[in-house]
This record gives sequence, structure tokens and C-alpha cells, in this order.
Amino acid sequence: MSSSSHSERASLADALSSGISAISQAASTSELRSVMATLTGKKGAVAAVKSQLGRLDNIEERKALGVLVNEAVAALESAAESKFRELKRAEFSTQISAEKVDMTELALSAQASQRRGRMHLVTQATERLEDVFVGLGFQIAEGPEVETDFYNFEALNMPPSHPARSMWDTLFIESDVEGSVVLRTHTSPVQIRVMQEWPPPIYAVMPGRVFRKETPDATHMPVFHQIEGLVIDRGITFADLAGTIESFTKAFFGDGFTSRLRPSYFPFTEPSAEFDIRRPDGSWIELGGCGMVHPHVLRAGGLDPEEWSGFAFGFGIDRMAKERHGVNDLRDMYSDDIRFTEQFS
Amino acid sequence: MKVLLSILTEMADIPRDVDQVATALNSLGLPVEQMQVVGKPVAGVITAKIVRTEKHPDAAKVTRCFVDAGDGELRHVWCGATNMKDGDIVALATLGTTMPSGMEIARRGILGIDSEGMLCSESELGLAEESDGIVILPATTPLGVGVFDALGIEHDVVLELDLTRNRADCWGHLGVARDLAAYFNVPLRGPRCEPGALGAAKEIPVAIKDEEHCGSFTISYVSGVRVGSSPQWVSSRLAHLGMRSINNVVDASNLVMWETNQPNHAYDADVVSSFVVRLARDGEVMTTLDEAVRSLSVEDLLICDGKDDSAVGLAGVMGDLHSEITDATVNLAIESAWFNPDSVRFAAQRHGLRSEASVRFERGTDPEGWVLAAERFVTILRETCPDVVLHASPAVVRNGHCPQVREVKVSAQQVEKLLGVHVPVDKMLSILDSIGFKPVRDGDVISASVPTWRPDCSETVDLIEEIGRHFGYDNIGKTVPHSTVHGRLSTMQQRRRTVRQVLVGLGLDEAMPSPFLAEGDLVAVGLHEDDVLRIANPLVADESILRTSLRPGLLRSLKYNQSHRASRIGLWEIGHVYPSSGQQLPNEYEQLTIVVAGGDATTALGQWNALCDALSVGAQLDQTRVPDGLHPTRSATLARGKTVVGVVGEIDPFVLDSLGIEGRVSILEVNLTTVLNETPKPVQARDVNRFPSSDIDLAFVLADDIAATQLHRAIRQAAGKKLVGLELFDVYRGAGVPENHRSLAFRLRLQEPGGTMNESDIAEVQTACIAAAEKVGAQLRS
Repeated sequence: MSSSSHSERASLADALSSGISAISQAASTSELRSVMATLTGKKGAVAAVKSQLGRLDNIEERKALGVLVNEAVAALESAAESKFRELKRAEFSTQISAEKVDMTELALSAQASQRRGRMHLVTQATERLEDVFVGLGFQIAEGPEVETDFYNFEALNMPPSHPARSMWDTLFIESDVEGSVVLRTHTSPVQIRVMQEWPPPIYAVMPGRVFRKETPDATHMPVFHQIEGLVIDRGITFADLAGTIESFTKAFFGDGFTSRLRPSYFPFTEPSAEFDIRRPDGSWIELGGCGMVHPHVLRAGGLDPEEWSGFAFGFGIDRMAKERHGVNDLRDMYSDDIRFTEQFS
Repeated sequence: MKVLLSILTEMADIPRDVDQVATALNSLGLPVEQMQVVGKPVAGVITAKIVRTEKHPDAAKVTRCFVDAGDGELRHVWCGATNMKDGDIVALATLGTTMPSGMEIARRGILGIDSEGMLCSESELGLAEESDGIVILPATTPLGVGVFDALGIEHDVVLELDLTRNRADCWGHLGVARDLAAYFNVPLRGPRCEPGALGAAKEIPVAIKDEEHCGSFTISYVSGVRVGSSPQWVSSRLAHLGMRSINNVVDASNLVMWETNQPNHAYDADVVSSFVVRLARDGEVMTTLDEAVRSLSVEDLLICDGKDDSAVGLAGVMGDLHSEITDATVNLAIESAWFNPDSVRFAAQRHGLRSEASVRFERGTDPEGWVLAAERFVTILRETCPDVVLHASPAVVRNGHCPQVREVKVSAQQVEKLLGVHVPVDKMLSILDSIGFKPVRDGDVISASVPTWRPDCSETVDLIEEIGRHFGYDNIGKTVPHSTVHGRLSTMQQRRRTVRQVLVGLGLDEAMPSPFLAEGDLVAVGLHEDDVLRIANPLVADESILRTSLRPGLLRSLKYNQSHRASRIGLWEIGHVYPSSGQQLPNEYEQLTIVVAGGDATTALGQWNALCDALSVGAQLDQTRVPDGLHPTRSATLARGKTVVGVVGEIDPFVLDSLGIEGRVSILEVNLTTVLNETPKPVQARDVNRFPSSDIDLAFVLADDIAATQLHRAIRQAAGKKLVGLELFDVYRGAGVPENHRSLAFRLRLQEPGGTMNESDIAEVQTACIAAAEKVGAQLRS
């Protein structure tokens, strides 16, 4: 009985060693698969040993041999697995070396030169300004670019033939009543429209395109952009105007910047001021105009000056873009030349 | 507006330091645009007499001058000028002098003969922009003294102020000095006035016929005049202010205007002895001082000689050439009037004649300023005419159109409420008093008399501005309003930003061409000009039409870049277009246009699909309506029933050819005002069906003239609810497919809501789809 157990053990050992050897000699994953099918299949050497287990009477011996059989199967599978990985890697490495590319060549090729489009510098500046003002609690209002004399001048405290109208070189639209329709010379008419349409309190900025009869040069364009601010609430003061300009200055330009107001004149505000921004190096940028909304303008907007007061401010957007990106000539900004545009990612 | 530091410091004890003055002016709202130091003496330039001159035979263009600078030494100087003669007193720059140009005078030779200095012209001394010949001084000038002293030239600073439209009063030095005196808290002296004992009253009849245009007309009579040249300081100051010296009378008149903002005119009282102010008659003609013959109209206001009703002046603008004073004039009638600012402004515009007087009248002068002006006039004149006398009882005619002193009230509460700072009432009183507003206090209320030189002030808010200005804007604090409004972009504005992000994500660049078009630009791109607005006063004729489409501008930009061999041109613009509405304002709306050089209909459709996806919008492609200017067989209208939201496809090759654009150009044009203002409801989640799905592929043969979308729709409807995906995955034309037909292969993905599809269900869908396809003319491809 014991001799028969010995022979089982011997043939198991043989099966194991020849199996390991067959695995190690497999030349491909498919060959390895068939080797394994043979070794661990129903007719394989291990299965043959297994089938002899039943013949052993001694339970202890049978158990011991069973353990050995399982160990042999595990050893074969483990060898096969590592061989499989080895063969797979070898197979891929053939493919990998066959499909080698020069990444720098690809990078230089036309298909790889995907770039994002560019927004116009004025649009970029407008969005940045809008974001800052939204952060300061403002909403954004818009209005038409072709305007009536009423909104562009009359409601802004400039009745017909008011001398201050000459402060703007106006482009007029041909119409039945001469001079009654204009290309808006500033974004201020939107103030009136907002006052008429939005119930107060109003905290709004109004960016947009404006028009002047001006010959284009490095710093002037007949078509350019402004942003106007309007605040209408109860108890709004000139100090609120100064503080709002200061908040905007710091939020938009940075903490190192400050602002100041200087007396000036606009027909639609009183008191009126120019506002300047002081750079950290001590130099000044003259930015725009502002002031307390004139009582006549409040009335034109349908508001009672006894109940409501407010301030307005405005400045050019193009200049902000020009300053930020060091553009020498405003005309370049409106050239639509891709060689210029694509610089500004 | 120019002001001289010399005159300002005479009128008030303000600092002489020009930087302090400039700072004050800036913070008063009278910003200094430019400062120029004038009349700064050039050390080393002295007076010398030409003893004799000689010509050198080998130097025809220069003269040898032997000059005596009073020290007994005879210096030799070469001189290129020709306006001097023996005995003239000239300006000699001695050796070692540094000229204003930076040049140093050194011993220099011509033909081996040294020059021991240089004879100077006005421009070389920095006294004039340009000059003709060297300076010749009066024969009585002592020798060897500084030329600037000898010429009586003042060292001065010219301040160029950028005055705002409201500050009429600052068109005279007096107004500026008044603000400065208040700022520095010193008394205002004003100009030195010594009228002397008044002469006997002289009667000068004056009548204003058209009162609406002239509120006040005054004539002051002055005798004892001897017309001659002005004192040096007068002509020098006028020169600094940019005016030419004429004679002592005209110069006094001009200087008084610059000092007091009171334009005035001196007539020979023996020639014009009565005055009538009236509107001109049509066809009347006069010759103004600038020697221009002016045709007058009934709108022009004239000053006329009462004797024969002939014009002696275009009121407020310019005098008549033939009424000038002459060397023989001994008595003057000095006119000082208040003209309606609009009348003067329109007259100046009509005649294209902007004079120093008209710019002042059209802003509004002080109707009370004439007394001071007359007194100052004779004070200046007395330096050259010791016998000058101002006579009593000047002629003064006034009417209801003349501005009056206005009473305006302001309370301490109103000031604090608007400025946001507490200004003590005493401080307000002193501010208003210092600028001539004569305030009277009644508790917390101040009544102020607005002076007649401040036409800009008429309401409470004007007083508050004056108080704020002199209190100092820098002294008003900075507070931030406590807002109850929430900052945000509107849905429309957020959607517009989404569009921009989609477009840049597609690699397209934003363009911003001019919205102004030339006649024919729209027609050139296949659009019409029936509904355009025109600019009445365009800068140039080529920019006289307002665009009704972004296309002409974008195609021009595309062509520009193509002509510069740009490799990839994809441009978009979001901008307003302005088709006429028949109403006062156009039907202005926001349009998006995208053009891609080398792009085709697929490019444009891809862009449209990306936008539809981003904005949750859509439209039908209607190829039966060919949009103007687009490729007749490769474009479609984006429609919603009868409403057109845009066009998509390619630009008509005929248009491209005529514009000189090469290759295809894709176009997508969308009415953004419509699309952005739609607010799709938030999408509600659907559970993902995790049961297996089945795909069936069906290829149909369809005639080219039947839209693929018809077949697509038929399949979708026939497949019913089980259809979860429908994709056109292949289009084939060629062998096996009849002429003018194509094979369209669709992949249908089917899924049962509650389980796995069985074969019979799939077969049923397939049969239904084939039947539906046949109804639109498609045959299953075998």
C-alpha cells in the first residue's frame, strides 16, 4: 500500500517538473494556453494522479497526497501566470516598437495646433469689469446704440440747443425730424432707460458701444466702448460715490491702487468730478467722469429727487484694454488682424 | 484758456510758487493743461550799439558789425541779418552766454576773422516762435544793460487751463483769482483801478431794438486819448496770452477783457456818437475786422451807428473794419454789453468766426462787469495818455432779458445729505462769501445771492457743489452704500457669455469691424439696402450706412487676413445691427455671425449644433428658403415656422468671387436677441435604462431632392417609444444606387423600458420603419 503511495508521489513530482518545463518553454500566449489545458485538463498528468487518490485506503495518506496535488496545481498556475505576463509584455513590446512616433513631430504638425479662439480685447476687458462690478453688488443693463435726442441729451439735462451738447461730436441719423435720432455719444442714455424701467433701488453698470464723429488715430476711434455706472437709492451721498470708486479701484486694479476725485462739470451730474487712479508707483491715470445724478435727470427718469438720490460714473473700456496689454495704437485693436488678435490668449 | 501768474498774483496775495498755484487750480476743478515759463532773461545778453558795418568781399551773405556795449571796447561780430543799420541798438549775446536753445556763444571765425559774440533775434531769445531779423531796441536805450530789462519783458508763467463749460467766469483772470483767493484764504484785490476824477457827463444816445438778444448795452465816454504804442508790460502780457499788440487803446481793451472777462469795444466817439442795437436785414453786408465781407441774415445782431443806421459791429463777435479807431482819435465810446449767449454762439457758428469776444459772450458774461472794465480801461490807458478822463453818466440801457442776481437757499441738512459729510454752517458761510455769493444765515438755512458772473448757478444743488468744491473733495470721506441689490448677470447675459465660450472653444476668433458701411457694401454680399439707416453727417462718405448685417464687415476682415496669408481664419462677431423699422428708432437687435475661410456647410452646421446644445435651443433647417447671399444649393434658413432665427451654410460663390475671396466660406448667422432671451427650463433627470439595448441598421435609397430629415423624421416616428438612438452613420452615392439618389444608412438603438427586447418586437419596429420610409419615397436598400 505504501509503495503505491510512493509511486503516486513520484509521478506527481514528474508531472510537476515536466509541466513547469513545458510552461517555461511556451513561445506564445496561445501556446501557453494549450500547454495549460493539457497539464490541468481532464487527461493531464495532474488529473491522472488525482484519479489515483481514490485508490488509497489510508485516509491520512490520501489527505496528504491531496494536499500535494493541490500544491502542484497551484504551482503550475502560478508559473503559467507569470509566464503569461512575460509573453504578453513581449508581444506588446513588438507592437509598441512598431508604432513609435516622434512626439515633437506630432506637436509641430497642423492637426496638433489646436488653439482656443480669442475674444476681442474689448470683450475681455468688458467681462472683467462686469465681473468686478457684479462682485460689488451691481447688475448689468444694456440699451440701444441708435438713440433719440431725448435719451442722449434732453433727459440728461441738455435741452435742445444747450451749449454743453458741443462737448460731444455727434453723428446724426437721417430722419424725418432733423437731429432727432443720433448714434449715442455715451452710455449715459441707458441711465434714463434703467430709471424708467427698473424700480429703485438701482445698482447697475452699463457697458456698450458709443460713437463720435472723430477721425481715428492712435488714441481715438469713432466707434469705441464705455462703461457707465448708476446707483439710485435712498440717502446716497457724494462720499458713497468716492467710496464706490475706491472699492472698484482696489477690486479691479489691485490693493496698491487708490483713487481721487477732482471737481469737474457734466450737465447730468452735480456735483461733478473727474476720477483719477493712483498707481503704486505714485503716478496717476485719469480714468473718467462721475458725479451725483442731477435732480433734473432723476425727474426725467421718473424719480422724485426728494426721495431718491444717486450717483453715476463712466469711463472708456478701450483704454483699459490698451493700458493692460500695452497696445500702442487703438487702431490695431480694431484691425481684426489675426496676427494681432492671436497674441492675447 | 490762458492765464498769467503775474496777473493772478496782482489780483490776490496768492503764493508766487507756480506749483502751489497749479495744485490749487487742479483741486478747484480748473485743471492746468500746460505750464510755460516765458520771458526768462538770458544772462549775458546785453544792449549794444552798432558803431559801423562792413561787407567782406568773400562773404556776401554776412555783415561785419562793430558794436559798442558801453564799456569802450569795440567788438567785432559777424551777422547774417539785414535789418540793422549803423547806430541801431541791438541785443548782443556776449562770449560764454548760453542761449535758450542750449547753444553756447563761443569765439567762432569766418574767413579767419573771429566773431566776439552774436546779435540776437526774438526767436533766438525765446521771445517769439519765429522772427524776421535781429532785435532793434529804441534809440534811447542805455548800453551794456540786460536786454530783457531794457525791453521791459516780464518773467512770467503762462498757465493753460482746461476750463469746463460751466465756468464762464474763469474766462477772465478775475474769476480764476477769486477761486484761488478763496482757496488760499486771502482777500481778492482784483485789478488795480484808478479811474481818477470823472469828467463832465456826455450824452450818447443808445437804443436796443431787439431786446431778446441784448439785455444790456452800456457806453462809457473817455476823453484825452492819444493813440500810440502800448507800454512794454501791456504788449508783453498780451503776447504771452497769444495776442498781437495793435496800439495802446486796442491793447487796453483786450487786456481788460482778459483780466475781467468783459469783452468791450472802443469806438471813436467823434465818429460814432449814438448807437442802435438791432437785427440785420436780409441782404445786408458788412466787412469785419478780419477783412472778410459778411453777408448778414435776420438772425444776426448788429451794433449800428445811430447817425445812419450802418453796422459798426457784429454783436459779440467782431467789429466793423471801417469803424476802427485811428491815430487821430481823441475821444472813445467804450461799448460793454450783455448779449444773449445763444445768439452769439449761433452767430459765431453761422459766420465760422470764433473770436476771443464770442467765446466769452457765448458762455455768459457778467452784465454788471462794465463799470470795473471801464475803470480798468482808463487806468491802463493813463500810462500812455496822462490826460485821459472817464466821464460821468455813462449810457446804460437794460431790459428784462438781462440776468439778475438770484436768491438761492440751501440748508445744512441738504448739504450733508448730498455730500455725506458734515460741513459746519460757519464754514459754508465763509466759503460762499469768499466766492462772492453774499450768504445770509437763518438758522440752518443759508440764503445766497448768486453773483451775476456765475450764470451756471441757479439752484440749491449748484450751491452744494460750490460748497463741496471749496470744502475740498479730498476732505469728503469715502463710504460704501449699503446695497439691498444682488449683483448678477441676467440669464440673457449669462447665455451670451456661454455663446462666447463655445465659439472660442471651437477655435474661432472674435472680430470687431466697423458698424459703418459704404453704399453698396450690403449689395456686394447679396443683401439689400432697402431698410438701412444713413448717417446725416458721416466722417467720410464710405461710412455713411449703418449695417443691417454683420456679414460685410466680417467678410472684409476675412479677406484682409486671407490677403496676409493667414492659415486659419475663423471669425465671429456679436454685435448690433440696425434695420429700419419705419418708427423713430430702428429694429435694433443683436446678431451673431461666424465665417470660416475654407469651411463648408458641415462646418457651419457643426457650429450651429454646438450652440443649440449649449443654449438648449433649436430650429428647423429649411432648405426651400435660400437665404440672400448664401450658396443657393448649400445653405438653409434656420426657421421656427414662419420666424427666421438665422441662416446656415456657405457664402454664395458668386459673392466670394466678386469680393476676391478664395475657396469656400462657411457662414452661420443667428439672431441672438431672439435666442438669448429664451430661458429653457432646467432639464429634469430621467432614469438610465440599464436593460440591454439592440441595434438595427437600415439603409435606404432616397432621391437627392427629398430632404434626409424627412426620412429621419419618418423613421423616428415609426420606431416609437422604443427608439433611444437614431444616427445617420453612412451616406453613399455610386454603383448600386440609381442616379440622383443616395443611400442613407441609419442605426437605430432600441430599448424596452422594463426589460430586454425580444426578437419579434425588434422585427415589428423594423417593419414599421421600412413602411414609413416608403411613404416618404425611400426604398430599403437590398
